[in-house]
Amino acid sequence: MTIKDKTAIVGIGATPYTKRGQSAPQTMEELIAKAVLKAVDDAGLKITDVDGFAYFAGGHDTSLLTEILGIPEIRFTATLTGAGGGSAGALGLAASAIVGGLAKTVVVVCGVQQAVLRYGTYSSSHPADPYSSFYLYSGLVSPGQAFALLARRHMHLYGTTREQFAEVAMSTRLNALSNPAALMKKPMTKEDYFNAPMISDPHCLFDFCLETDGAVAAVVTSSERAKDLKQKPAYILASTHGGDGNWGRSLYWFNMPDDLFTSSGHNTVAKQLYEMAGVGPKDIDVAQIYDHFTSQVIMQLEDYGFCKRGEGGPFVASGAIRHKGGSIPVNTDGGQLSCAYIWGMSHVKEAVEQIRGTAVNQVKDAELCLVTGGPSNIPMSGLILRR
Amino acid sequence: MSAHATNSMPDAISKAPPEEMVHIATDQWTQPFWDAAKQHKLVGAKCGNCGKFRLPPSPMCPKCHSQKIDWVNLSGEGSIYSYTIITRAMSPAVEPYIPYVPAVITLEGGGGTRLVSNIVGARVGDIAIGGKVRVIWEDHKDGMTVPHFELVPG
Repeated sequence: MTIKDKTAIVGIGATPYTKRGQSAPQTMEELIAKAVLKAVDDAGLKITDVDGFAYFAGGHDTSLLTEILGIPEIRFTATLTGAGGGSAGALGLAASAIVGGLAKTVVVVCGVQQAVLRYGTYSSSHPADPYSSFYLYSGLVSPGQAFALLARRHMHLYGTTREQFAEVAMSTRLNALSNPAALMKKPMTKEDYFNAPMISDPHCLFDFCLETDGAVAAVVTSSERAKDLKQKPAYILASTHGGDGNWGRSLYWFNMPDDLFTSSGHNTVAKQLYEMAGVGPKDIDVAQIYDHFTSQVIMQLEDYGFCKRGEGGPFVASGAIRHKGGSIPVNTDGGQLSCAYIWGMSHVKEAVEQIRGTAVNQVKDAELCLVTGGPSNIPMSGLILRR
Repeated sequence: MSAHATNSMPDAISKAPPEEMVHIATDQWTQPFWDAAKQHKLVGAKCGNCGKFRLPPSPMCPKCHSQKIDWVNLSGEGSIYSYTIITRAMSPAVEPYIPYVPAVITLEGGGGTRLVSNIVGARVGDIAIGGKVRVIWEDHKDGMTVPHFELVPG
């Protein structure tokens, strides 16, 4: 038995996305509560119907949310371990609770306020321990610096170029331009990309995602119940999380075998995801790929089988991920590079809209949408939604 | 692809990052590595049962679960597996230390284990994957010593 097709996302809600610090004086709990209420309303449900919460990346305080929102009873509350890698998997966690009979209506929610905690600098928020001491002393204080080491090795082994990273940034920016909710409004040319300040060579400013505030919530319930609700259900065809043991702590470890070092660490998660779903990369119509860094979009496209290992650079350069004319349109809302960074949850929102057929940059007749969680230490995660 | 062609600030000399960035924390398994560093010796943690190296040193061998460790003196030589050039300071205090170059070093005699460190004192344009390096030591004010690496000429 698996969770295949047994649940659906029936409601989605988000606060406005703002630049880092601009959500003030709203508090984090306030943002989350607003997103939850919007999602529940979108589903045509009441907040009193909610009986569970599923989170990732440290999660939020269910007891406090219950108090703020006036939820009568909680029957399930759990958090995937790890960091942003769990965003797509948190939907699977919610599905597991429903399929297992633990709860009926589970909300996945994540809020970000980067004026309070800048995820881009992990040393200040996580004091050195005996393990992190082994990389922090080298001055690697942000994931964008650490992932630059993976990107450099990928360039060395496969001839991947900064021009190819630029294509990811430009394609994603183009999608943001037609999305009113997206924060980045200026077109980006190749010249703009190469004029951007270098941060951690080979990663320049436009290889990094945005720093933003906001919250996104998704309501999950059984497929059976979903049929009678307000919205067209986005069925959770499959969701998996985990990772290859040899990937381990990855960007905090740097001792992965060569083939994994130059990857997104999604290899096993992707395999399990396609197996559970009974589909392959050719069946996917549109993909929301966790884009904290352009180079990791390229490596995820390889791990999810849209192209062969090492061919991600030429693949994106061919125009394959463009909304217009691409074989697999990627990050159709402008992604985390150009729309907003809500630790992967904006990707879930966009995926639901693509499946409903209401996305701003709609992929015509999209039936299957892939969502990935952030390449990081284990777990990575994946999600396939179907119409 | 020439890695040289893509190096930013090629004519700058790579610096060491500020030592205040981290206070090294240890436990009983990592302590011998840092104790050896204070003696300016680079050591590897080799399983006392099956001979597998691991880094960082952890409570047991992931292969055979033995807790015996043979601390092996390494040559201090290695090769650059990958690197990044930090050209932007994450905070104003780091500005004087730009550019610094965090690198992953494959340690000679270390059974394939890699150490994250820095390439210091090098012309940035000369740094490339596969380049030969040798350990040098930086004594910190807090009493800890950390390994850095310099390029080996030729």
